[in-house]
Amino acid sequence: MNLVQILRIAMRALARNKLRSALTMLGIIIGVAAVIAMVSVGQGAQEQAQRQIAAMGSNVLFVGSGTVSRGGMSMGWGATKSLVYDDMSAIVRECPAIKTAAPGTNATAQIVFGNDNWNTRVTGTEPQFFEIKVWPFQEGAAFSQSDVDSANNVAVIGETVRKNLFGATDPLGQTIRINNLPFKVVGVLELKGTSPMGDDQDDTIVAPVTTVQKKMNGQTWLRWIMVSAISREASFAAQQQITSLLRDRHRIRAGQDDDFFVRNLADFAQLADEQSRLFTVLLASIASISLIVGGIGIMNIMLVSVTERTREIGIRMAIGATEGDVQQQFLIEAIVLSLIGGAAGIGLGMGASYMITNTLGWPVLVSTKAIMAAAVFSAAVGIFFGFYPARKAARLDPIEALRYE
Amino acid sequence: MATITQPGLEAAQSRETTTLIRVADVHKYYELGETRVHALRGVSVEIGRGEFVAIMGASGSGKSTFMNILGCLDRPSSGQYYLEGTEVSSLDKKQLAAIRNRKIGFVFQGFNLLSRTTALENVELPTLYAHISREESVKRANDALELVGLGDRKLHYPSQLSGGQQQRVAIARALVNRPAILLADEPTGNLDSRTSVEIMDVLQKLNDKGLTVVLVTHESDIARFARRTTQFRDGKIRHDDRISDRPAASEILKSMPSVED
Ligand SMILES: Nc1ncnc2c1ncn2[C@@H]1O[C@H](COP(=O)(O)OP(=O)(O)O)[C@@H](O)[C@H]1O
Ligand SMILES: [Mg+2]
Repeated sequence: MNLVQILRIAMRALARNKLRSALTMLGIIIGVAAVIAMVSVGQGAQEQAQRQIAAMGSNVLFVGSGTVSRGGMSMGWGATKSLVYDDMSAIVRECPAIKTAAPGTNATAQIVFGNDNWNTRVTGTEPQFFEIKVWPFQEGAAFSQSDVDSANNVAVIGETVRKNLFGATDPLGQTIRINNLPFKVVGVLELKGTSPMGDDQDDTIVAPVTTVQKKMNGQTWLRWIMVSAISREASFAAQQQITSLLRDRHRIRAGQDDDFFVRNLADFAQLADEQSRLFTVLLASIASISLIVGGIGIMNIMLVSVTERTREIGIRMAIGATEGDVQQQFLIEAIVLSLIGGAAGIGLGMGASYMITNTLGWPVLVSTKAIMAAAVFSAAVGIFFGFYPARKAARLDPIEALRYE
Repeated sequence: MATITQPGLEAAQSRETTTLIRVADVHKYYELGETRVHALRGVSVEIGRGEFVAIMGASGSGKSTFMNILGCLDRPSSGQYYLEGTEVSSLDKKQLAAIRNRKIGFVFQGFNLLSRTTALENVELPTLYAHISREESVKRANDALELVGLGDRKLHYPSQLSGGQQQRVAIARALVNRPAILLADEPTGNLDSRTSVEIMDVLQKLNDKGLTVVLVTHESDIARFARRTTQFRDGKIRHDDRISDRPAASEILKSMPSVED
């Protein structure tokens, strides 16, 4: 018997009990759809994490003033005033693992343009900040180093600020008022999205660090320094180099706590990445359970089918079917059942993936690997759960089977 | 009736000269818990090519048990069975399946056709397990249906056929792989008397063309159409007689009232 004939016999046997075959397939359909949807959702989460990592900038380390705890009391960010511009220059000069650095401070401010106003965060920094964060401009450009040197009132705005203050108006060259001081808009940043911590990175204004320090905050120290290491691998070395350099510069004796902290964003990103990977595996394994349940459904129906068709099996054996022929017939039936279910499940799973990832606003990733795995897995389910019923059919005694009513 | 080549045909001239089946002191026991049913108690018989044997005997005398052994559906508990010189009881299951497929055609009392499968497909079934080409198997199935006079019912389903027609389909199915022998266990048991004679007519004609036929019946009316009768009693053959003047079923049919199929 060739494969076409075997498949025809199997299709016909399944068509004989359409509702039953459909219900049996449903188990596989749901199982496969669940696996594909869950893997896609998981991979969407992973991709989202990857994008956020990329959005953080290249190999970024964050040096903040203040300390996590001193003598059991939490001091918090910015509680010390020890971090200064010269620290940044020293870091760039003396730490070999460092490529570049940008100083920074923050202020919250009310921004007014025409009749509209908007409350946001103002970041004071230097032009290389945009380079470290890998943050391109949709319009205009960064302010210059000479703007920093002369503490000019120039500002770069984020997409959220642009949307809320300008709407359809071109913001470039316009004057906005930040805490009642006039600033000229020189650039508009590209959309960056939410940070891994969940806040809107585009709801920001960036201005020269000197302007924010002198005209808005009235301070001389820095709240933070953003550092870019020469490579991802170098970021751990960079962390150590910065720590020992700053302890030295701040004259902190051995045993005393730091008055600053260094956070490696790559580590943080990696953690987020690992978490989403784990999430994917977890979702996929939960979904596989439903595939196994579907397989048990197939086994159950195939066992019923073998019993119902005992006489047919007897007839086939009496006219010359070998045990192998009978086993093959029932095995193929189970595989056809699970493969059709698998195909329908792939369709359903893809649909569900699009819906879920769209709703979450994640990148839609219908994984071809998951689809291939689902196809192979559903065939394997057919073989595994079809084997025992097929074996049972093949082992029937032809005389007994012929006598079966 | 169309002519098809039967392997037995060439042997028609040398009728009853070569041995097809030799059974020597065959016993069959069935173990039923503590008790042991002794269904066959030393059966020995030889059947030559081209013979038409009717096996008779009361219910429970071991006829079906014997037929199942001849048909390679079952094995003897002891004794030998030679089919065309091969000792069958030594063969494995796969080889037995091949013998059932190619050397033996089996016809049952209850027809045993696959419902929801056309007459033609039922007849084709044994060819599917014989690994022959698709065209050849369709051709053979068509020929076999013509041979039993059902050329115009090929696409009918068993439920659309009368009992006699169903049994003809079963006979066509038994013939499709051109077996050496046709075994029929009470093929007329479910049929009325006229239809029974019609089936005997089909078997007689096949036998006339050289096919070896072994038939089980407990009706002497049916057995008389054979050329030889063997009588089973308590698992043994008690009588083995040749029939010299067997009637032609086709002649008897003429004198019977015709019934609507
Ligand atoms: N599978 C079986 N298990 C136990 N006993 C059986 C079995 N098949 C047949 N027998 C017994 O063997 C004897 C012969 O049966 P069988 O060959 O069917 O007789 P017949 O066909 O002549 O009516 C009977 O006594 C029957 O009960
Ligand atoms: Mg019987």
